[in-house]
Amino acid sequence: MLAHFIVALRGAGIPASITEYLTLLRGMKEGVADYSVDDFYHLSRATLVKDERHLDRFDRVFGEVFKGLEPPEGDLARTLPDEWLRKMAEKLLTEEERAAIEAAGGFDKLMEMLKQRLAEQKGRHQGGSKWIGTAGTSPFGAHGYNPEGVRIGQEESRHRRAVKVWDRREFRDLDDSVEIGTRNIKLALRRLRRFARQGAATELDLPDTIRSTANNAGSLDLKMVPERHNTVKVLLFLDIGGSMDDWVKISAELFSAARAEFKHLEHFYFHNCPYERLWTNNRRRRESEVSTFEVLRKYGPDYKAVFVGDASMSPYEIIQPGGSVEHWNEEAGSAWMGRLTGHFRRSAWLNPMPEAAWGRTHSIGLVRQLMENRMFPLTLGGIEAMTRELSR
Amino acid sequence: MAGFRSTENYIASRDLEVAVNAAVALQRPLLVKGEPGTGKTVLAHEVAKALGLPLIEWHIKSTTKAQQGLYEYDAVSRLRDGQLGDERVHDISNYIVRGKLWEAFTADQQHVLLIDEIDKADIEFPNDLLLELDRMQFFVYETKETVVARHRPIVIITSNNEKELPDAFLRRCFFHYIRFPDRETMEQIVQAHFPDIKQELAREALNVFFQVRGVTELKKKPATSELLDWLKLLMIEDLPPEVLRSQDPKTAIPPLHGALLKNEQDVHLFERLAFLSRRQR
Repeated sequence: MLAHFIVALRGAGIPASITEYLTLLRGMKEGVADYSVDDFYHLSRATLVKDERHLDRFDRVFGEVFKGLEPPEGDLARTLPDEWLRKMAEKLLTEEERAAIEAAGGFDKLMEMLKQRLAEQKGRHQGGSKWIGTAGTSPFGAHGYNPEGVRIGQEESRHRRAVKVWDRREFRDLDDSVEIGTRNIKLALRRLRRFARQGAATELDLPDTIRSTANNAGSLDLKMVPERHNTVKVLLFLDIGGSMDDWVKISAELFSAARAEFKHLEHFYFHNCPYERLWTNNRRRRESEVSTFEVLRKYGPDYKAVFVGDASMSPYEIIQPGGSVEHWNEEAGSAWMGRLTGHFRRSAWLNPMPEAAWGRTHSIGLVRQLMENRMFPLTLGGIEAMTRELSR
Repeated sequence: MAGFRSTENYIASRDLEVAVNAAVALQRPLLVKGEPGTGKTVLAHEVAKALGLPLIEWHIKSTTKAQQGLYEYDAVSRLRDGQLGDERVHDISNYIVRGKLWEAFTADQQHVLLIDEIDKADIEFPNDLLLELDRMQFFVYETKETVVARHRPIVIITSNNEKELPDAFLRRCFFHYIRFPDRETMEQIVQAHFPDIKQELAREALNVFFQVRGVTELKKKPATSELLDWLKLLMIEDLPPEVLRSQDPKTAIPPLHGALLKNEQDVHLFERLAFLSRRQR
């Protein structure tokens, strides 16, 4: 039974090991979990999950294994993003309804209601004004009177019982799906380390002490030096959205490896080509906007700039003012690329597209030219070549 | 089984209780993560108090080495003593300075050992402590002796997630992520800390607090410890609860906000939001 649970966890990408499994068994033998399911859930979570990003996945697998729920793939709560539901509900409701909901506790309450109705609903439903189903007046469901109704792709009932601890899935936000196959990338990035002596003098400098003691006619004269630290500073610029969707996994792995490897790592997002503003958040909302000039001012030329992107776009997005697909850019992308590569003494572009295919896209050639050929494929070999180039 | 439970001044959720008890029963380290200010460090104090054991704290800095937790060989002072002809110089063990782990291992009673903010140290730090924490023993090269724990200490490790910890290290720990408390728990926590607070003031303050936390753009969201500081200030100033409730645009930014917002951008942001909401009205 439990072995099955471990296998399911590993299948979901949680790196639970045999040691941890044995620890869990010992914990149960010691009576930590007593005979309560909730305590067993808590114990197994503390034993098997070591990263808060995996907690949500753990909750799903736990629910699946011990409750016989359907596999998480078709999980409704997961496929419908909260925000989208919220927006739709906002759009759908009349003034009075909104006031009524506000009185009942706001949109969170509404979401609660939706969840509740999902739980109550036992069979396929059509018509009516309460149930989620088809052709009703309820704000949820498909083919309703309201043409913009929240459509929920649900054919059959989804028998869901009362919400258990693990079904609440409170750790959803933390799951950023970064797989752990990053060890190799870390090793490749390690080449970038650059050690320098900085800070307080805490280490004995033996050669200097000997020299100085000899000069001092044999009476001891200690010399200290600061310790060596990894001082490399890296700025990561990540292309996000659009054509980059295919490469999300490898980019995320690179990012997660870099984050663990460098103390001074800052990252920004752009779309297709960097222009006058960048984003600190991959949703690229207004509040996470930073001006590119600010980035240039804030981070000194000693930062190594690494761009990650497929550089596949319309050539106008690079060479033409106003060529951006998203907004009117006063200056061409090439001008901004020039500023960035001019400011940061060491820069490189990592491209997740296979190197052999680069020739087929005109814009890749353009970007490569702008980077003065410092474009490398996003493979282990490519990263190594890049680190060699950057640390020259 | 007897073990760690919520106390009157520390409210622990059931999952935290189970995690602590598992770590105590199986004598493995417990790794605690969570937002800053959710009571990670306080947990160790409370565990020590609940189990009636003394606490040894080891606060990690970026310059801390794993070896310093075991022992340090003070070669420099031995060299100096050698020059001055001190008698002590003949016994190398005079120059072995014991670290926190050694202290905890050889104490004549079980201890709670807190390794605070392990992520501050170098990447290699947790790896260097693997064997020591697993077997609870280490070897002193200078004196050729093995230090074995007489009583395995209860090890509690906190991390602020600034660096990822190595897998091999994680495998040996229990893990608990302290979730940010929901409103109900928060009310309990406030009650635990300020038993004689005015109910109305507490309620209004919590309203404001969760409103402030709801602003997604904040750089540093206020956490439990900030809330408690703020409440203390409110009580010292003896502000009436109405001040917190008032919709007066001038006070749209909460009184004594310095305890909640720790960053001038956040204060600006809040002022701007207050300004916007004033215009809408």
